[in-house]
Amino acid sequence: MGYRGRRRRSRVVLAGLDLALPAGQLTCLLGPNGSGKSTLLRTLAGMQPPLAGRACLGGDDVVALEPRERARRLAVVLTDQVDSGLLTAGDLVALGRFPYTTWDGRLGASDRAAVAWALAATGAAPLAGRRVDELSDGERQRVLIARALAQQPAVLALDEPVAFVDVPRRLELLRLLRDLAHECGLAVLLTTHDLDLALHTADILWLVEPAKGEVEVEGSDGARACVHVGAPEDLALSGVIGRAFAGDGVTFDPLRGTVVADTVPLASVHVAGDGPPAIWAARALEREGLAVIDGDARLRVTAAASGWTLEGPQPTSSHDTIAGLLSAVRAALPDLAAPHPHAPSGR
Amino acid sequence: MTSIADRAGLRAPPPPAGSPAPPEQPAAGGLRRPLALAGLLAALVGLVMATLGAGSVAIPLDEVTRVLLGGEPTQPAWQTIVRDVRLPRAVTALLAGAALGVAGLQMQTLFRNPLADPFILGVSSGASLGVALVVIAAGSAGTTLVGGLALPATVGVAGAAALGAGAVTTLVLVLSRRVANPATVLIVGLMAGYTVSALVSLLVHAELGQGDRIRAYIAWGFGSFAGTTWSDLVVFAPAAVAALLLATAVTKPLDALLLGERYAASMGLRVGRARVLVAVGASVLAGTVTAFCGPIGFLGVAIPHLTRGLLRSSAHRLLVPGCALVGAVVALAAGLVAQLPGRDATLPLNAVTALIGAPVVVAVLLRLRRASRAVTT
Repeated sequence: MGYRGRRRRSRVVLAGLDLALPAGQLTCLLGPNGSGKSTLLRTLAGMQPPLAGRACLGGDDVVALEPRERARRLAVVLTDQVDSGLLTAGDLVALGRFPYTTWDGRLGASDRAAVAWALAATGAAPLAGRRVDELSDGERQRVLIARALAQQPAVLALDEPVAFVDVPRRLELLRLLRDLAHECGLAVLLTTHDLDLALHTADILWLVEPAKGEVEVEGSDGARACVHVGAPEDLALSGVIGRAFAGDGVTFDPLRGTVVADTVPLASVHVAGDGPPAIWAARALEREGLAVIDGDARLRVTAAASGWTLEGPQPTSSHDTIAGLLSAVRAALPDLAAPHPHAPSGR
Repeated sequence: MTSIADRAGLRAPPPPAGSPAPPEQPAAGGLRRPLALAGLLAALVGLVMATLGAGSVAIPLDEVTRVLLGGEPTQPAWQTIVRDVRLPRAVTALLAGAALGVAGLQMQTLFRNPLADPFILGVSSGASLGVALVVIAAGSAGTTLVGGLALPATVGVAGAAALGAGAVTTLVLVLSRRVANPATVLIVGLMAGYTVSALVSLLVHAELGQGDRIRAYIAWGFGSFAGTTWSDLVVFAPAAVAALLLATAVTKPLDALLLGERYAASMGLRVGRARVLVAVGASVLAGTVTAFCGPIGFLGVAIPHLTRGLLRSSAHRLLVPGCALVGAVVALAAGLVAQLPGRDATLPLNAVTALIGAPVVVAVLLRLRRASRAVTT
């Protein structure tokens, strides 16, 4: 299926797009806040007309499609608050049968089978009898995904599905969506601003690179925000992730695949040792503002299962905890800090 | 991790057509709904009989039954009382309660606001304006506001009331799409209602002077099921029944609207058309009731909540008939209390409905506060 689309809101948010959403893959529409992700998703889902161009679903213009027919091909999970009153999760999922049932909304055997399948596929079956307003955020998202699946769509579009969900649940939900794409042949598109999560789970990234420092001109088509398409790793290597997410005081670190704060290191430190004790000591030292380097440094930490040893300008000390190690490092820092040209001396 | 196929027991959507459907889940509460239905029906019959038997003159139930079956009561006057006074009253209360309950339910879902109802949102006031305009134009010399009009005028009154109701519904609907806060919408509706009521008062006082007609108008404002005659019911009953049938035909869109308009649209609902159908239905229901019974408060907001609590459901397929039944029962009971059986005096119906409805509104507000967000249903 193919998608061409452009952006709207009498203010052009994105223009000149030519995107295709592949079946059987999880596509993450990734971009900083306010970059037009949700607008693009809503346009592709036919929920708002494009300013120019068209969004197609299996060859048909998504805006012109008969609403029921569109609902049988494409389902959405939105950020809208669902005030579900006394509805149980099962009732909510059953509402997904709306485009299939007759005027009175009664469920037939095939409808009940589809609801049961949707509940089982999302692992939401144990929740079916519970009231929606008693569910946790993660459980509610699961149920909303099940509701969308009950529409038996070919395309599943989700707007920030994990925004209010804790981190382990985020990963669970994204794995679920990826499994649905891979095993059921669904085309899954979701927006997120969670870079780490998208890098870890997406098959394909649609990365919105916002226009930088540019006055927005009404209707002009040219060099504004653009959307890069590719495997997450390709986009990381080509540097576009770095460009899209670079901000005031933060940069994308291509070695670690995450956004880090730009800081001038207070000092350099070498960490010797293996395994988790060394890794976590290095993380703690970076958090403290030190650069962890491979070569020789005036500060040296040796990590072992028994504890951490700090060597440096002050007498060598041993520590049972990383917290202890850090306080020793802090005490040592004034002796290490190179006099900064503009900093008051005697720091 | 286990695969989707393992978890679902199926490979991919759609499930194979021949796959056995899971057994239908037992209704929540098991016997709750059949019991509630039976109880409501029994209460309905009991209250109709009580309405026919009780009043300033008490008539024994066996005599009432005899009149209903076409026989001659021991006192000839009882036949007139039962057939021409109390039976219209009972039918009016039954229909008005059903209509207000369903109109309240429709408006609560349409506005996504648990405190929406025809009275609070000013829809009844809009209907009053329509009634006042027609009554003044018709210039009838009757002693009740609507009663005694010729059939065309009665149709005109009902139609004008529905139009007035529809105008205010449209106004509030348009405003509610611009302000997100449910409380703001309620206040806007309340103010619209007061404004229209003030207009009606000015109009009626200027045009009707100080005679019987103005007294009738003031009495009408208190609300009553007792003012209707069979000739009114010829108009009221078909209009109310038709709008109730329309309401049962648009339960599926209302269910979808529980999730909000964008979700509803994403599931294939033509939201604009559904909104018009629901608004028209609710306006006809609220408008005709107002035309014949006066603006009646609190039933519209209270009955949907009572029904949800009774049926433990938010499904409109159950709630619409449920609200009609609960509304009929509550209205009959309120009408009976207002008649003060055994005395010559009557109470203003709105005083009775306020006593029933205000606690429900307060309970809903407290629950909303606890939930700290608007629970629409």
